[in-house]
Amino acid sequence: MKSLAELKAIKDKMQNQVGVRIENECGTRIVVGMATCGIAAGARPVLNAFVNGVADKKLENITVTQTGCIGLCQYEPIVEIHEPGKEKVTYAKMTAEKAMEVVEQHLVRGQVVKEYLIDIK
Amino acid sequence: MMTEISLNILDIAQNSVRAGAKLIKIGVCADRKKDKLTVIIEDNGSGMTKEQLESVADPFFTTRTTRKVGLGVSFYKLAAENTGGTFRIDSESGKGTTVEAVFGLSHIDRMPLGDITATIHSLIILNQDIDFIYTYQFDEKSFTVDTREFSAVLGDVPFDTPEVSKFIHDYLSENKTEVDGGIIL
Repeated sequence: MKSLAELKAIKDKMQNQVGVRIENECGTRIVVGMATCGIAAGARPVLNAFVNGVADKKLENITVTQTGCIGLCQYEPIVEIHEPGKEKVTYAKMTAEKAMEVVEQHLVRGQVVKEYLIDIK
Repeated sequence: MMTEISLNILDIAQNSVRAGAKLIKIGVCADRKKDKLTVIIEDNGSGMTKEQLESVADPFFTTRTTRKVGLGVSFYKLAAENTGGTFRIDSESGKGTTVEAVFGLSHIDRMPLGDITATIHSLIILNQDIDFIYTYQFDEKSFTVDTREFSAVLGDVPFDTPEVSKFIHDYLSENKTEVDGGIIL
């Protein structure tokens, strides 16, 4: 059973590491739409996939955050990637599997996954 | 349409987040003797006016401007009432809001609780400026997580640090199994 003592050990380990990650404004932000429309369309597993993907790949300076409804409910789950100095990239109709691919292709290799981009007709 | 009660909980709790709550209490209680599943979400956010409270379950009422419908509360209320349960919102402007939904536990139309651990984990790591108290009860057994205890241990190490995030997930998941013995609600 996990205990708070174990959490203390994690904290101590983190503090001993050089360059503990500090939340900063100039990092990459992954923004997942988490209003009723997003959640109903499957945003929660998409969010989890990004959180786990970023952790598994040990990607630094990336934060996963949420936003409300941006009025494009039919395209949910929508994910925006904001990278400093670059145009915002918007992915639509995401799934956990597609999220893993975006982590691998976009966040690790820097290649936008074109087939998942939002296509407003 | 939501397919899990835990997705409704995530959705309703987002209203508390947007209401500027500093503390959100979430209680999930399954009682097999009473055949009830009770979910309470309580916040100390901005609350609602009497007029807003009267129209909150109306699908064509919303305060937002990006679209004309507000389905979250309507979905949730219907989901509870369809199982012979009840639904109640108490709110006071400036004080906060409490949403209580009671489901018939064994009712055929009750949607599964679903991945409640993922819901609570997402809420905790996405809203680090908000304190959460989460209680999960199954018959006589229960456990409570108070994120202020995590904050006290962690100091300025953020909840979304991979190791910490994983700890919180496993903490929620292991305690849940301890309480319900792995029974899927």
